[in-house]
Amino acid sequence: MSFRRFLAILRARNKEFWRDRAALSWNFIFPIMIIGGFAIAFSGDGPDLYKVGITDAENSQKLHFEETQYIQFIPVTDLPTAITKVERHQLDMLVSPSTQQFWINETSPAGYMLERLLKGSDDGFKRQAVTGQGIRYVDWLISGILAMNLMFSALFGVGFVIVRYRKNGMLKRLKATPVTAFEFIAAQVISRMWLLLSVSILVFILTDLALDFRMYGSYLDLLIVFILGAICLISLGLLIAARLASEELAGGLLNAISWPMMFLSGVWFSLEGVNPWLVKLAQLLPLTHVIDGARAIMIDGAGLVDILPNLMVLVVMTAIFLIIGAYTFRWE
Amino acid sequence: MPPFLQVDNLARYYQGVKAVDGISFTIERGRCFGLLGPNGAGKTTTVEMLEGINEPSRGSILYQGKPLGRRFKDEAGIMFQTTALQDYITVRETLEMFQQMYPRTIPLADLIESCSLDEFLDRDTRKLSGGQRQRLLLAIALVNDPEVIFLDEPTTGLDPQARRNFWELVQSIKKRGKTIVLTTHYMEEAYVLCDDIIIMDHGRIIAQGTPEALLAKHFGDVVLQLPKSDFPADSSQLKALEKGDLVEILSNDVNQTIHQLIELDISLTGLRIRPRTLEDLFLALTGRELRA
Repeated sequence: MSFRRFLAILRARNKEFWRDRAALSWNFIFPIMIIGGFAIAFSGDGPDLYKVGITDAENSQKLHFEETQYIQFIPVTDLPTAITKVERHQLDMLVSPSTQQFWINETSPAGYMLERLLKGSDDGFKRQAVTGQGIRYVDWLISGILAMNLMFSALFGVGFVIVRYRKNGMLKRLKATPVTAFEFIAAQVISRMWLLLSVSILVFILTDLALDFRMYGSYLDLLIVFILGAICLISLGLLIAARLASEELAGGLLNAISWPMMFLSGVWFSLEGVNPWLVKLAQLLPLTHVIDGARAIMIDGAGLVDILPNLMVLVVMTAIFLIIGAYTFRWE
Repeated sequence: MPPFLQVDNLARYYQGVKAVDGISFTIERGRCFGLLGPNGAGKTTTVEMLEGINEPSRGSILYQGKPLGRRFKDEAGIMFQTTALQDYITVRETLEMFQQMYPRTIPLADLIESCSLDEFLDRDTRKLSGGQRQRLLLAIALVNDPEVIFLDEPTTGLDPQARRNFWELVQSIKKRGKTIVLTTHYMEEAYVLCDDIIIMDHGRIIAQGTPEALLAKHFGDVVLQLPKSDFPADSSQLKALEKGDLVEILSNDVNQTIHQLIELDISLTGLRIRPRTLEDLFLALTGRELRA
């Protein structure tokens, strides 16, 4: 490994990124457009369905209240977590039949309605009030959009570009120099990561100025999740590009991977309640772990320890992608 | 002292096709060595094996007595037939990038001067003309002050003026004592530049030697050319070949042939005499036109 050769390729690649204005501006404009669009589209009231958490649901007698239509009853196990959800308007009400208590958010009109309904059907419940700002869809969406942008930019910006370099003979020219495959790949990864993180940070700051996202965790932790995610997705791009020489095939393959990943990893909607088989499948996708980790930090105030499983999965996947990618890499 | 580059029984097969089929030759230090032949003869496959880009199916290549390795990579300069360069960077930046890849390099100023890159040094590499691009690719091949320079059909697609400029560049490299390995399908190019040549066809060597020796060995005659309009149709005692607007007469004794022409009362105003060329040699060896 020669640091000088690595830097030579890194510098040239960075110059190409920053000088290709069209591609660069698209990298910024695309996520901002999506977030802006959704912020406007979902700025009104949320869906009309009420969500009520029930603690200890299996061991207690069913309430009359639970027979009410148009209310979604969700069994919860951890009381403090469920209370936090009420604070953030993710649950409109929390009921504990065993202790005869219920929690509502003072600032939530839905809570007021549900309190009247509960009192009408069951007696003797003690009111517990919490306060807190609601989590809007955009607060939830921002992690997903940034991660999705990361994915497209990593897969196409690295995978597709390397296939193009191979097809047009640039890789062959480098093969004729003392540059090693490792130096070349490392330069591609670092230069793309630098771009991805700059874009993500700038997009986050710009949209945050306009929308003031809820952020309950640490910005540093969020950055770490995105760094690990970026490396993992770039490695996946490298793996796909390891030996393909057809841009068409590479494009098809990249689309075949990125589109399902976009839908299954929970960019747009939560996978809670969908087919458990799909949930399991989603766990195999690196993007799921980036988004889960980022959302846990932003919305639940999780620390790195809390999302350690997600981080571990990303590290292991990165290692697997890089090892197979480096092993199968071809200059021609 | 071992030969500079020694090739023994080299072969390369692609899915049953014998691209190169067991060839052997030696390249001496400081010479310009030419691989000639039509498209598909196996020139590029051969030169890419010499460059260490392509793995031989069989046979050996020794560089100064040792298999191609790290030292060879540092000491070889390569110009491929087609090479894409990194987009959005200038000629100067491209040279700087390649310079940083080698332990030993020549100063950028020397490179710029010797390859005449001055006028387009700060131009994006996508905006170069064919001749400018070839000069840049040659400069890249020279960036590490190589001992041996491989040029794979360097002037294909260039106009005659750009081609002659390029030949001058190659000759100046030769003067500095560098070894050059050149492939071409232009026989004139080989004749101007090369000290030794091999002629390839269908993956095999069909002739090898210095251009002069090859021509002397195969031809003892010269060619007399006359405009077809000056030449009577019924002159059967002269062996004449039609070639476009010209007729060509092969002659071992020019005096006698001219004598015959005068006797036949043919105008000698348009007469030209040319020596036999490698083009003729290829035709004689294979029975085919080279560019066909």
